[in-house]
Amino acid sequence: MATKSNSTKTSSSKKGKMNLKDIPFSKERLIELFRQMLLGRRFEEKCGQQYQMKKFSGFCHLYIGQEAVAVGSIAALEIGKDYVFTTYRDHVHALILGISAKEVMAELFMKRTGSSHGKGGSMHFYNGKTRFMGGNGIVGGHTPLATGAAFASKYRGDGAVALCYMGDAAVNQGTFHESLNMAGLWGLPIVYIVENNIYGMGTSTERSCAQPELWKRTGDAYNIPGRQVNGMDMLEVYEATRQAVEDARNGQPVFLEMLCYRYRGHSMSDPATTYRTKDEVGQWRMKDPIERLKEQFPTVFTESMVKDMEEEIKQEVADSIKFAEDSELPELSDIWTDVCVDYPGYPGREASDNKYEFPYEQLENAKK
Amino acid sequence: MAILTMREALNQALFEEMERDERVFLMGEEVALYHGAYKVSMGLLEKFGEKRVVDSPITENSFVGLGVGAANVGLRPIIEVMTFNFSILALDQIINNAAKLRYMSGGQFECPIVIRGPNGAGGALAAQHSQALEAQYVHCPGLKVVMPSTPGDAKGLLKAAIRDPDPVIFMESEKLYNYKGEVPEEEDYILPIGKAEVKHSGSDVTIVTYGRMYTHAILPALERLEGEEGLSVEVIDMRTLAPLDLDTVLESVAKTNRMVLVEESWPKASVGAWISEQVYRYGFDLLDAPIERVSHLDVPMPYAANLEAEIIPGPESVVDAVRKVCYL
Repeated sequence: MATKSNSTKTSSSKKGKMNLKDIPFSKERLIELFRQMLLGRRFEEKCGQQYQMKKFSGFCHLYIGQEAVAVGSIAALEIGKDYVFTTYRDHVHALILGISAKEVMAELFMKRTGSSHGKGGSMHFYNGKTRFMGGNGIVGGHTPLATGAAFASKYRGDGAVALCYMGDAAVNQGTFHESLNMAGLWGLPIVYIVENNIYGMGTSTERSCAQPELWKRTGDAYNIPGRQVNGMDMLEVYEATRQAVEDARNGQPVFLEMLCYRYRGHSMSDPATTYRTKDEVGQWRMKDPIERLKEQFPTVFTESMVKDMEEEIKQEVADSIKFAEDSELPELSDIWTDVCVDYPGYPGREASDNKYEFPYEQLENAKK
Repeated sequence: MAILTMREALNQALFEEMERDERVFLMGEEVALYHGAYKVSMGLLEKFGEKRVVDSPITENSFVGLGVGAANVGLRPIIEVMTFNFSILALDQIINNAAKLRYMSGGQFECPIVIRGPNGAGGALAAQHSQALEAQYVHCPGLKVVMPSTPGDAKGLLKAAIRDPDPVIFMESEKLYNYKGEVPEEEDYILPIGKAEVKHSGSDVTIVTYGRMYTHAILPALERLEGEEGLSVEVIDMRTLAPLDLDTVLESVAKTNRMVLVEESWPKASVGAWISEQVYRYGFDLLDAPIERVSHLDVPMPYAANLEAEIIPGPESVVDAVRKVCYL
């Protein structure tokens, strides 16, 4: 256990050509994962555009630039058995975990056909079938939930692992430390992944963390090995997560720091001009995870192949917008469903629809 | 009927439900080896083992959150908070997660968790350990809030809470753990959540209350009211505060036309304020006098016992309030 707990900084990332024989899955699977990244990218671009066209509102956090992290790590899971919890930057996780582009877009457009029937929105996607547990709006607020799923897995002995993503700002929340303490103490089957895109909104890790090398923060403190991963390289993300998931299934929780970058601002209202430089954004764009995968396998991702896939995805995203536009808004009666399983006529509900009716006849009789 | 203390009744409920359902586990500070700070979990570790009776680190927000997560994926956690004063640390997990997942997910997930422990003053514990916090939870939709006053109710309602598919805030009282009362001996004694009970029938005035005010303030006041004052008093124990059983209250007020509300918590934006508003709104024509409310004085709790006794509602203030609504 002592050696396992040692935190490590890995740098097995390879730029340039790779051989299909060197990767742990088939060519078809590689193409599928590439497609997930490309769909994520194009979906989010269109999503930002639709937001600017005021097709929907609310908070909207785009994932552009970080696609390798979600795609590479979820690829290492047993979908439907393992649990996934993430933050409010969750559209792409949702797409990978079986929510169709149509259902994601319809939810953003506040429609009843959306995956949460218009009650969740951008920050709250869920899929019971694939055990995708959201879509959580409070920084660090879901780390205890994921730890609870891991606890349940150990309790039942069903071999499931919980994967808990968070942003770099979450590591300064109390819940992060409290959760890791329990996971380390009880040997829970969980992998915590911090998507370190350097900024919590506009505050950099350098300006918010006493130890900005996040992978160093968990080994000795919680007996949870921390490993740093190049989050711009899908294959490296996959391999690091595969190893971590294996460790977690054997009762050793792991903390992975994925170094990545969001090209856009924190949310749609953030132009990201005051806290970082154009030059910095340009430097990271040079490491683009989609371009990188193309460069690694030029014979697979040929120009014509990628062009065809782009066309197909363009259509898929366009169809999702059409579907979202054509769908109905929620019914006003939906306001009252799914508060509690048997939500009764709380007397308070008459404030908006006057549904509570007291049996006045009974009163009259009582008076007599 | 068996005569049990509240502690024994709660312990029986935990024991029976853990025996009935493998998915039920108990977690909290000192619940296992120590048998609970108030010994409610006596014998559970020995019977069910450390897998199902789990001592947690002092980490309220996250062990409550762990329970919420475990409930979301199919277990039936009972999370003990040593007192509800410490649940303030877990408000994020209770209000942002437990109360909202069913709604936010469009009904895909549920949260069958019970968060339980003592609420209200314990006696000379000063300001941070003496708070009655039920209004915080009643305020938030998506939670059910239960606050029993007798051992029998405590057993039947805790069993119901554990089986309920929604998050239930189950508030006990340190002052009631040794209180004895009748507990039905039937095999699976269970009471419905959301139903108030007329604990004492009468026709001149309605006293609405819940939790330990029933035993500590109202029962002693009743002797005087019915003896010296010759009044016929109806006492309603709400038992569940969310959802609220307003029908039972209004039916009683229709008969007595006078109402007194007695609660342990502070008066501002309280459960008593909420019930009064509802009675004024739906029962305005039924009232022959303004509703009187008896609450904790609007101050933090001091340590000194003579001050504490003055601040928490007792029989005297109940008698005064009843006399007032009866214009005596």
